[in-house]
Amino acid sequence: MAKYLLRALALIYLLFLLVIPVGLIAWRTFGDGLGPVVEALTSDEALHAIKLTLTIAAWAVVGNTIFGVGTAVLLVRHDFPGKRLLNALIDLPLAVSPVIAGLALILVYGKFAPVGGWLEQRGIQVIFSIPGMVLATIFVSLPLVVRAVAPVLEELGVEQEQAAQTLGATGWQTFRRITIPGIRWALAYGVVLCMARALGEYGALAVVSGRIVGETQTLTLFVEDRFQNFDQPAAFAAATLLALIAIVTLLLTKLLRPKGND
Amino acid sequence: MATTQTSTGTGVAAPAPVDAAPDAPPARRGRRRPAVGTGLGLGTAVLYLSLIVLLPLAVVVWRGGKDGPGYFWQAVRTPDSWAALKLTLVASLVVALINLVMGTVIAWVLVRDRFPGIAVVDTLIDLPFALPTIVAGLVLLALYGATSPLHVNLAYTQIGVVVALLFVTLPFVVRTVQPVLLELDRDMEQAAYSLGASQWVTFRRIILPNLAPAMLSGAGLAFTRSIAEYGATVLISGNLPFKTQVASVNIVGRIESDNIAGAAAVSTALLLIAFAVLILLDVIQRWAARRG
Amino acid sequence: MGRTTRAVAALAALVLVGGVAACGNGSDSAASSGPAVTLSLVAYSTPQAAYKKIIKAFRGTPAGKNVKFKESYGGSGDQSRAVESGLKADLVAFSLEPDITRLVKAGIVAEDWNKTEHDGMVTDSVVVIATRKGDPKHLKTWDDLLGSGVQVITPNPFTSGGARWNVLAAYGAKSSKGTDKVAGVSYLAALFPHVSVQDSSARASLQTFVGGKGDAMLAYENDSIFAQQNGQALDYTIPDDTILIENPVAVTKSSPHPTEAKAFLDFLFTPTAQKIFAENGYRPVVQGVGGPSFPTPSGLFTIKDLGGWTKLNKDFFDPAAGVMAGIEQKLGVATSPTPAAK
Repeated sequence: MAKYLLRALALIYLLFLLVIPVGLIAWRTFGDGLGPVVEALTSDEALHAIKLTLTIAAWAVVGNTIFGVGTAVLLVRHDFPGKRLLNALIDLPLAVSPVIAGLALILVYGKFAPVGGWLEQRGIQVIFSIPGMVLATIFVSLPLVVRAVAPVLEELGVEQEQAAQTLGATGWQTFRRITIPGIRWALAYGVVLCMARALGEYGALAVVSGRIVGETQTLTLFVEDRFQNFDQPAAFAAATLLALIAIVTLLLTKLLRPKGND
Repeated sequence: MATTQTSTGTGVAAPAPVDAAPDAPPARRGRRRPAVGTGLGLGTAVLYLSLIVLLPLAVVVWRGGKDGPGYFWQAVRTPDSWAALKLTLVASLVVALINLVMGTVIAWVLVRDRFPGIAVVDTLIDLPFALPTIVAGLVLLALYGATSPLHVNLAYTQIGVVVALLFVTLPFVVRTVQPVLLELDRDMEQAAYSLGASQWVTFRRIILPNLAPAMLSGAGLAFTRSIAEYGATVLISGNLPFKTQVASVNIVGRIESDNIAGAAAVSTALLLIAFAVLILLDVIQRWAARRG
Repeated sequence: MGRTTRAVAALAALVLVGGVAACGNGSDSAASSGPAVTLSLVAYSTPQAAYKKIIKAFRGTPAGKNVKFKESYGGSGDQSRAVESGLKADLVAFSLEPDITRLVKAGIVAEDWNKTEHDGMVTDSVVVIATRKGDPKHLKTWDDLLGSGVQVITPNPFTSGGARWNVLAAYGAKSSKGTDKVAGVSYLAALFPHVSVQDSSARASLQTFVGGKGDAMLAYENDSIFAQQNGQALDYTIPDDTILIENPVAVTKSSPHPTEAKAFLDFLFTPTAQKIFAENGYRPVVQGVGGPSFPTPSGLFTIKDLGGWTKLNKDFFDPAAGVMAGIEQKLGVATSPTPAAK
């Protein structure tokens, strides 16, 4: 009896919090068929938003993957003073509100800030421009690759690496041919997580982007803009596209999740 | 008993359920002394982290406190931001408590129950992690806003704020409790039943103590996530100062009014709260590890 | 799960991502031939729909053939400060003159920007009182807004240009065009406790009102018309005493394409563009362009009648000592930076 009660409770909660709202958007989006959706998503602004979102996410993923793998190796395979501090600091972005991240970047890289002013004089604009958006996206998704790779690296152990070294392999060769293949599924998992987070960023970008339609407007900002302009079809179409990407991400992470939960 | 990976520090908030593999024997964890290459790598990593995360956050705190504790307190105590901070804390606490219960219920059902489609449900739980917050806001507004097909209008209400936060924090408790439930040794439960204990007593005295650290950890993560949320709340809660304005919306308002010092002050307050909760979480984890 | 399955999934994802990116690339390269110039327009929140159509019309002219546009819309004060802080712009179109003056002081706009036939103003409008369809609560006059329990929506005057027009319209109406200052200020002090939310821009206010909050909204006439054109259930009344809203536009000194920017600026004053403005709810500054006509309120006054922007900005909107700062602080809304900090 309790079993059915609990099951009902859980399912009803999920139904009204998760399933119906998401389903409703998809319903409203395709209410008039596929045509208007495709039209909304192939407008100049929409296509630009999609392209921009992918570009920024790609940069963020590349940066955070290199940082992620390197730092994971440092944390797991090496000892150095301040290691625990570094470990804790890496998690910082997960606790910080994205709008605070945006404010923080403006305070350092804005035109009137020291670093920003210096860059501005050399013709590099960070805030209200794409570099600032890349920085903001890196900020919010920073820990994801590290945290996916580190535990698996730990699990892997050093025996194979040590064996390779005794056989004369250089550090780089060992890394490339033993370490990387060993962590490849965790790495893929981390990359997918990072990509999903980067594609979906909104709060920090709302603060640093300047919202220039056709230049610094990502897909999430496009959703907000269309909604504010009573253009529900376009807003919902873009929202559904983002939701679809989220679902694909879910499926991918389920496939790639490091062992133990298949 | 498996615990959250303590080697990664203050609790993993990424949507990976805890790797339930057995503990690795210490001998397998090779460590090397720092070499030149390592130094370079470390330096680069620290530089990357500093330029993008540490320095900017430090400047926020500096800016917030620059004019002295008096001005900081004044900026935070301004009626609209004080109300926003209070609402944020109370709403996040409510959300953490609801998640404590519902998250455990859902985890329980996912682990102990069987029905067609349970795998789909399990996958869907992570959707709030993957969905952009503004889409979550739009989605909730569609069902619970002015055009609600259910005729439930939560727009511009505090309940709307809570619902939005429940959406984005859904996976946290579920994903911290689930692995613990999976790993739980059923023998003690069986022993209790065979001695005549009821289901509820068994749950309360055998199972719950084992779940408690994971539950609290998840609730703490849900709380930290809630106080930071912007995209999901900004649409459904509107922008009513003193009623439904949360701290993050208040901060954005101040940035737009060019009140940078005020924005930095409220941000610093929010960061301090998050910091305190994270320390608390760490303490709980250590306590749990010692008990285990 | 087999490894093959995983590999296939990962590959599929990459193909998907690559495909979409390529799609985007494809459409870009199919654009116009010839050297394309891109102009950045930074504007306040409400004329987005109008500018979209005007830009399209401009691109159909010889002068605009190879010109592409990037546009940014937001609260007038916000946008002006953003340009001052580095947001790149070739053209700026704001809700009120002081937001351009700020940029003149910052050296971004030339000092003689308004020495033109229309004093630099590209569109006009008036402040209206918008209500739910059918005006169930009979809110037609300034006094009606002070009724017990009436909730009024107007944006935050420290970020939104529209809000400043609203405040000055109310003030001017109640102070007999500025002659009875005390009456005017006491009206404002009585009105603002009825304002339950202050959004950052006029468009955000409209969203709030349309989303179900409030009984009446102080708005641009053009924004109310825009809402009606988009099927929103809204009515509006033009009070007898209200202010003439004049919206400025200018090119920036730092524009890398001064010729094209000036060409677009001139285009805005042609009958074609002015007619598009009229069709989108704006009162054209050029006579006889056709399109819808607009009634003239009997007690219409202008910003000059009240003393001009410089004086009014100082008296009303100074973040520390202005009339509105005092009123907002009484309500507990922080709109001024803490003293000695900025």
